[in-house]
Amino acid sequence: MSTDAKRAPAQKRSDKGSPGNNGADASPQNDLAATTPEVRRELLRSMLLQRRFEERCAEAYALGKIGGFCHLYIGQEAISTGVMSMIRPDDYVITAYRDHGQALARGVSPRAVMAELFGRDTGSSGGKGGSMHIFDAKTNFLGGHGIVGGHVPVAAGVGFAIKYRRGNQVCVCFFGEAAVNIGAFHEALNLASLWELPVVFIIENNRYGMGTAISRSTANEDVLVRAKGYRMEGESVDGQDVFAVRECMARAVERARKEKRPTLIEMKTYRFMGHSMSDAASGTYRTKDELEENMKRDPILLLHNRMFEAGELTEGEMHKIDDEAKAIAQDAWDFADASPEPPLEKLYTDVYADTSS
Amino acid sequence: MAVVTYRDALTQALREELQRDDRVFLMGEEVAQYNGAYKVSKGLLDEFGPMRIVDTPITELGFAGVGVGAAMVGLRPIVEFMTWNFALLAIDEVVNAAAKMLYMSGGQYKMPMVFRGPNGSALQLSAQHSQAWESWYAHIPGLKVCTPGTPADAKGLLKSAIRDDNPVVFLEGEMLYNTKGEVPDGEHIVPIGVAELKREGDHCSVITHGKMVLVAMKVADDLAKEGINIDVVDLRTVRPIDVEAIARSVQKTNRAVVLEEGWEICGMGSQVVDFIQRECFDDLDAPVLRVHQEDVPMPYAKNLERAAKPDAGKAIAAIKKVMYLD
Repeated sequence: MSTDAKRAPAQKRSDKGSPGNNGADASPQNDLAATTPEVRRELLRSMLLQRRFEERCAEAYALGKIGGFCHLYIGQEAISTGVMSMIRPDDYVITAYRDHGQALARGVSPRAVMAELFGRDTGSSGGKGGSMHIFDAKTNFLGGHGIVGGHVPVAAGVGFAIKYRRGNQVCVCFFGEAAVNIGAFHEALNLASLWELPVVFIIENNRYGMGTAISRSTANEDVLVRAKGYRMEGESVDGQDVFAVRECMARAVERARKEKRPTLIEMKTYRFMGHSMSDAASGTYRTKDELEENMKRDPILLLHNRMFEAGELTEGEMHKIDDEAKAIAQDAWDFADASPEPPLEKLYTDVYADTSS
Repeated sequence: MAVVTYRDALTQALREELQRDDRVFLMGEEVAQYNGAYKVSKGLLDEFGPMRIVDTPITELGFAGVGVGAAMVGLRPIVEFMTWNFALLAIDEVVNAAAKMLYMSGGQYKMPMVFRGPNGSALQLSAQHSQAWESWYAHIPGLKVCTPGTPADAKGLLKSAIRDDNPVVFLEGEMLYNTKGEVPDGEHIVPIGVAELKREGDHCSVITHGKMVLVAMKVADDLAKEGINIDVVDLRTVRPIDVEAIARSVQKTNRAVVLEEGWEICGMGSQVVDFIQRECFDDLDAPVLRVHQEDVPMPYAKNLERAAKPDAGKAIAAIKKVMYLD
């Protein structure tokens, strides 16, 4: 293949505009020391909101207020919060079906998310998507996708569009470690690297694809070799440490924004709940001991401890932030519960757009 | 009105829409430097450059997904499959992503994109390269499915498809690219979902689409010599399907044969017959018959292939049967 063809959508361009972000400087030096106490407090607030929100989801599911498949994010909050804190409002986010936490971290309204889970007209998709399909155009949150790996090429397409328009946004794409064995992942990585697309691919390695341990599914557990296979930069990071997530993201976002090159990041984490609401947290495919050992590295606890030790957070302040998170989750619940179901005439809306260009 | 090939009519549509809207781009295997495996994109790389005429690796699932992502954020991709046989590898992106995105997102994300390429059997390409896919995609709410049979419809429908804000599956007849026909000069648009009565007659309705339109026209010519005059209803689009046009014709002729390239079970004809029995129950003078590919994978040997395909002879036999002439 000639150079021209290989570089087809990846023409040289000059960046315009300056990289701003959501309250953090996207520089490689970004670490605990470089953030401010205010930023750290925001990170804690974001993570606690996800935790309290998901706990209420579990409760609502048990009460039958949420139906279908419901995958909770508890234990992985440092990833969503760390990643979202390093990107701009005009960047794009796309993810798989464990999407509530990421939506909240991105800034999607907790009321709209909870109402969607409750199947209400006020939900983010008007009750048509449910837990696995949270979309929010206002925050460039491109879903919520239910087929493992299926959205990874879609992320490459968003990167393609950014390049096509000579923009300087990035697209962040989340998926689990089990997705690295599916064809869509490989096709997307090849295209993103070949065409130099501004995409950050994030493997949330929680070590289990549903109930199958990575050792039982993946010939080479070092998932980062897949980056090398596609001439792509790769990094592995402790996904329970929000600062490590942020540092790594800073490099990847810079690479995407400035150099138009993709990155594959493995974020090592652990989910504290079952795969979905239909399996126990431990006992079938992982032991209680393993679960308890991993829960000692609760990402919220780790952040709390570091702030506490740095003398910038008192227990009283921690309780206050926690109470606020609980209140937001309660408000979301109350809003969803009071919201009407979608009217039946909406059954047939949104099947087709009635517009053309 | 100029006489052009089906291929050139498609190229005209692509060129005009690429000129009209800079959000439109074409991607697929061999579309750029090679000028298209079937030369539909000939000359477009030179005119529009590599950002808009994009060669892809052989990675149908991957580039179909790239199209979906680009459409989500406002571009208007045309994804070419070298043939629709290869699109099975990409069907998750067509069905699970493109077709459902607007609905799953509660109306937030439109999918203004076209998946296009050659469909149906050619000559002696055997089982994996000779299949008509329209009933598969017509099954899916959220998709529109076009099956043009003539150069004029190919051009007019492709322009409509590119301008549509919904994902359109555009099935070109692999054996039609070299066929010629009149195409109106200037801006020529054919609306999606509107059938055309290609031939008028009182004795029987032949309802068809795609490549089989040419077969139906030959059948009409042959039968006219025997004094039998048929309506040829060219559906042109199989989703949405023009039920009124079907009903109008059958209510006039009181007899119908449905002619299609694909297989019998759950084929397009099943759906057309269902519409006929609902809309024209009291009008029918005979059971509706169907002509389709035999219920076998396509064989390679010339004689077996010929026997497997629907053709004019089989269609004439069916028409005579519903007219009680056999």
